[in-house]
Amino acid sequence: MVFTSAAADTISLERPSQRTRSRFWSPRRAATPIVIVLVLGALYLWISSIELDSIMQRTLNWDYILLRTREHLILTFSASFLVAILAIPAGIIASRTRSRLLRGTILTVANIGQATPAIGFIILLAIIWQIGFTTALIALVVYSFLPVLRNTMVGLSQIDPNVTESARGMGMTPTQVLLRIELPLAVPVILAGLRTSLVFAVGVATVATFINAGGLGDMIVNGLKLQRFPVLIAGAVIVSCIALLIDWIAGVVEDILRPRGI
Amino acid sequence: MPDMTEPTDSRAFPDTRPNKLIGQTSTDATISTTTTITTVRNTSGAHIQLADVSKIYPQQAVPAVENFSMDVQPGELVMFVGPSGCGKTTTMKMINRIIEPSSGSIQIDGRDVLSLDPNELRRHIGYVIQQIGLFPHMTIAENISVVPKLLGWSKAKISARVDELLSVVQLDPSTFAGRYPKQLSGGQQQRVGVARALAADPPVMLMDEPFGATDPITREKLQQEFLRLQDTIGKTIIFVTHDFDEAVRLGDRIAVLSDRSHIEQFDTPAAILSRPANDYVASFIGHGAAIKRLGLLPITGVTLGAAAAASGPVTVPLSDTLRDALDALVVSGQGVVGVADADGRIVGSLTVDSISTALGAEVVAPAAGSGATKTER
Repeated sequence: MVFTSAAADTISLERPSQRTRSRFWSPRRAATPIVIVLVLGALYLWISSIELDSIMQRTLNWDYILLRTREHLILTFSASFLVAILAIPAGIIASRTRSRLLRGTILTVANIGQATPAIGFIILLAIIWQIGFTTALIALVVYSFLPVLRNTMVGLSQIDPNVTESARGMGMTPTQVLLRIELPLAVPVILAGLRTSLVFAVGVATVATFINAGGLGDMIVNGLKLQRFPVLIAGAVIVSCIALLIDWIAGVVEDILRPRGI
Repeated sequence: MPDMTEPTDSRAFPDTRPNKLIGQTSTDATISTTTTITTVRNTSGAHIQLADVSKIYPQQAVPAVENFSMDVQPGELVMFVGPSGCGKTTTMKMINRIIEPSSGSIQIDGRDVLSLDPNELRRHIGYVIQQIGLFPHMTIAENISVVPKLLGWSKAKISARVDELLSVVQLDPSTFAGRYPKQLSGGQQQRVGVARALAADPPVMLMDEPFGATDPITREKLQQEFLRLQDTIGKTIIFVTHDFDEAVRLGDRIAVLSDRSHIEQFDTPAAILSRPANDYVASFIGHGAAIKRLGLLPITGVTLGAAAAASGPVTVPLSDTLRDALDALVVSGQGVVGVADADGRIVGSLTVDSISTALGAEVVAPAAGSGATKTER
């Protein structure tokens, strides 16, 4: 609370003329970090207040939690990075190509990727290939591919055709039209897709534990198997808070990267 | 009828127009009288020739444009008028190859357009569309500098050009250069559209109903400014519109088009109004051809009656058109109206009779040179 209002003060003092900046900490935007801090604080107080047996102690300590969180985040961000560099070009190709077959194939593959239950896919992949980080990464990429692909296509198709026609009429090459006009105008929609797929990835990364790829899924599964509910709840709450936080950060990034004027 | 007064004011009778070029030396404005086409020579405009240009879309039985031929003189403002779907926009868009012609040849200053690189070609043709199509993520200055940047101009030259063009279209550079398109009104956006098309000083401009989406008052203002601008820059302009009054107001010559972009008549506004080539053209002109034509005739072209005959308080300035004079006559109800010179002195008078005579004389005049009405079938 104190932190957010102080930040708001300094920012609005620095740039009083820019309305968008001074409105940075709107009540809605401030709500998410406050909720996260409150929930994590409550979790910490609750865990501290109960007596931990040796099994719980093995899990509920800073080293273990930070290790699993780091694994979880590395998995999530690696997957989202791969999705970004694969799905955006795929979306551009799919919206450019005259071949219905190619567009249909790209969309169908992406649809299947998302429709298949992640846990089934990740375990199948582990059986036919190998267990570990790489397998989990591939499963995550396949699973969170569709939102970015879809949004790239939607973002490109919703651009006012008069804008692209006048760009062409002014003598821009097709590549220049794409890079200077279409992609910048599609940025908000593409980023929204990336945000969705990031949040997907945080949730789905919990199943990586089943193929020995680590992450906070370990805590949840341990808590279940060993019937230590504080462990289970701590794992679930931390994953949820990470998902919320990433969604929030992505929202802020969206606002910053949105081209001015649109 | 006040809507006609101001634009015609700045424009007057097309045949006298080159004389009105302000600030130009006599060599800049040479009147070509060898044909009935009167144009301003030695302008920055280019010569456009279309020969047998056709556009046939696959899976369509009827061509969109069929055997279209036209010669547009340098510095000429040619209006394409026709109903929706007649192919006028398609014809225009073939000149900068936004639409590729199926057959025929297009030349600009003798160079075959179809053999040039289309992107390079378009950088030298100004292009304004009705929906303007400003780039919403770029400031006004960035929008205007797109083509100069593509052509590799230096930063200093580009920024000077942006300021110059914003002033030309009457937008204050210090206020507007840094704004985004959505912060501008429709009329202001349209001015930016014109400035952007003029950025690299192209010899040819293609304009597709550029003022179509603005309200009548803004449109009239834009038309007026546009004429004033064209008087000084003298581009070769193809201007597409479905509004015949706009065509009369702006055009040096008007091409009345019917289906498949057939030219029903291609002539000066005065000639089309006084001698429509056929029923199609006549129906396109609509009612009030004589009134519209009066709007093209300056009072100076008429033999005025005695100044003493003028009675009553209503006078018209000498610089007005006969349409304004008739308007004043109707308002005054006197049967005669005084004509005042720039100093406000009454120099003569006009009656309905004298206006009719002027109109009648005008009907006869083009008949002398029968080449005036050029119909291409």
